Amino acid sequence: MTKPTLLTMSRLLMKRLLPAIVLAVGLLVAGQPAARAEGEGQLMASGANVRDQASLQRGARLFFNYCVGCHSLKYMRYSRIADDLGLTEQQVMHDLNFTGAKFQEPVISHMPPEDATKWFGKAPPDLSLEVSAKGADWVYTYLNTFYLDPKSPIGWNNTTLPNAAMPFPLWELQGEQVAVTKPGSDGVEKLDLAHPGKLTPAQYQQATRDLVNFLAYVSEPAAMQRHRYGVWVLLFLALFTMLAYLLKKEYWKDVH
Amino acid sequence: MANVFARIGDWVNERTPGLAPMYRKHMTEYYAPKNFNLWYYFGSLAMLVLVNQIVTGIFLTMNYDPSASGAFDSVQYIMRDVEWGWLIRYMHTTGASLFFVVVFLHMFRGIMYGSFKKPRELVWLLGMLIFLALMAEAFMGYVLPWGNMSFWGAKVIVSLFGTVPKIGPALQEWIMGDFLPADATLNRFFALHVIALPIVLLLLVVLHLAALHEVGSNNPDGVEIKKGPKGNRWDALKPADGIPFHPYYTVKDLVGVGFFLLIAAFIIFFAPTFGGWFLEHDNSIAANNLVTPAQIKPVWYFTAFYAIVRMVPSAFGTAVWGVLGMFGSIALLFALPWIDVGPVKSIRYRGTGYKVALTIFVIAFFCLMALGMDLTDEYFPRIFGAGIDITLWDNVFGRIMTVAYFGFFVFLWLYTHLGWEKTKPVPDRVTTHD
Repeated sequence: MTKPTLLTMSRLLMKRLLPAIVLAVGLLVAGQPAARAEGEGQLMASGANVRDQASLQRGARLFFNYCVGCHSLKYMRYSRIADDLGLTEQQVMHDLNFTGAKFQEPVISHMPPEDATKWFGKAPPDLSLEVSAKGADWVYTYLNTFYLDPKSPIGWNNTTLPNAAMPFPLWELQGEQVAVTKPGSDGVEKLDLAHPGKLTPAQYQQATRDLVNFLAYVSEPAAMQRHRYGVWVLLFLALFTMLAYLLKKEYWKDVH
Repeated sequence: MANVFARIGDWVNERTPGLAPMYRKHMTEYYAPKNFNLWYYFGSLAMLVLVNQIVTGIFLTMNYDPSASGAFDSVQYIMRDVEWGWLIRYMHTTGASLFFVVVFLHMFRGIMYGSFKKPRELVWLLGMLIFLALMAEAFMGYVLPWGNMSFWGAKVIVSLFGTVPKIGPALQEWIMGDFLPADATLNRFFALHVIALPIVLLLLVVLHLAALHEVGSNNPDGVEIKKGPKGNRWDALKPADGIPFHPYYTVKDLVGVGFFLLIAAFIIFFAPTFGGWFLEHDNSIAANNLVTPAQIKPVWYFTAFYAIVRMVPSAFGTAVWGVLGMFGSIALLFALPWIDVGPVKSIRYRGTGYKVALTIFVIAFFCLMALGMDLTDEYFPRIFGAGIDITLWDNVFGRIMTVAYFGFFVFLWLYTHLGWEKTKPVPDRVTTHD
């Protein structure tokens, strides 16, 4: 029986640890179907990354400028946003909080749900868990596929969620897209930018990426902590496993 | 210091006559075969997960609100406002799925090495009861977050009982306490999930272990070490191929625990939803009896059994056959010790027919799982072209796999009762250890 050395330990790594990790990662990759799309067509990749704090801050600004008029984030407190996005209480209360809520309170839109139901036919949904429910790519694609539709009562339609009840509040940023229909049918073939908005298409995509990123963070603020602690937990467990293995080797020396 | 502990130990032992002998019987003088391989980690891992579920479950209970109006919000409260609530909940949700991973592997080990055969039939039956209780426990736990998939999953599963002729509809209402899954349903599922079923599970686990330690563990060679030569370094009357469970297998299981926790921690910290397998997207939407999810399907660990329900057609004006098929698929596992009566236990020395049949059984199980998860709807058009009739393909594929699943038991019965199996010679002693 050889004494455990660095060599046997690295052999252990190769023999036991790697296959386990490869298996876990393999399972993960195989098990990563994107959240189901509700509309037709392929989803665009959002590229959302909640570790990009600058993007989260830009996304928060967009949300509070364009979305909070109708949509609440009822599970999200202003104070938590400040903590996680590296903002001061002053910045959040002055630049983001337009609802008059206290710092510790959640983000609740001022729009009365009864009126909203009258105006749009359906009250705007709370967006706290929108990315968890639909996936970041879906929300990103949705925000990029609005088009002018004279047949719709609100003037806008969306290829990702056809006949959505939502007007397009970001139109001044993106501009106005129109649908090019397939010859001989009503199906939308592609969207053309008829009137450019304040942003170039690339800038608009980045803006919606930031917005989706912020909503992804709002869906699961714990993701920040998960990533921070996860590496240390895995390192500890790797060390623990190594020691347990050496202990086992020692005990089993006399079993033949 | 050691002296103090020894004295406390003596003091306790003098007043509890059974304790020290019990510890010796189940730990230091329980002689397990020395040739356990990788497959033998999953029993202790299942116990570890059970403890994890109980401990994290206690903390979840402190902040969870088992009411239809408050349940969904309280889960988000746990995820956002409770200190470390997110970690406790992810440990519980990941634990639930990993429980089934280790239990499936543990059961497969039992089948593969003939651990259910004489004299361990009772160990197997108790294990199967644990599996049943675990399925009930998991189903009720899945309903508690009161997401839309919880609601519709509960509705579909309870409706299985509605297929019972005559009393079905009344039975369904009796289970739910309402006409739909509602507050009353959630309350009772909570009570069953946190009190009734855990007690049953713990009791069954104790009995499973007691029954096992009475007859002794099987091993990858399927050799009865108790029938082999006697005398090892610790006891002249005990099996020569046995080693004390403690410390040998306790330290060995510790290595298994380490690897298992590495995988579990990776999921908990970096992929807690596991791509929608462990936590489903539709469950991020609160329960709503007016909005049906695009696809209603159970969590991955139930999908193979659920696929059987879908694949068995209705006949004679009732859909109860599918439900019977599903329960039958589990009932046959209970009956395994009397279906497979081949004298050789381990797959190492069994006939080729057995090996082929077991392989087909495993493939059928995975295929049914994929079908129940609707993966076939996604992949069949990609593989065979977009124009195919999905329902037809699903039905043909699913029914072939269902027949393969049940066929395994029919084959085993014929194979072993009619003496068709040509086995290899079984060694007298265990062959290897790592």
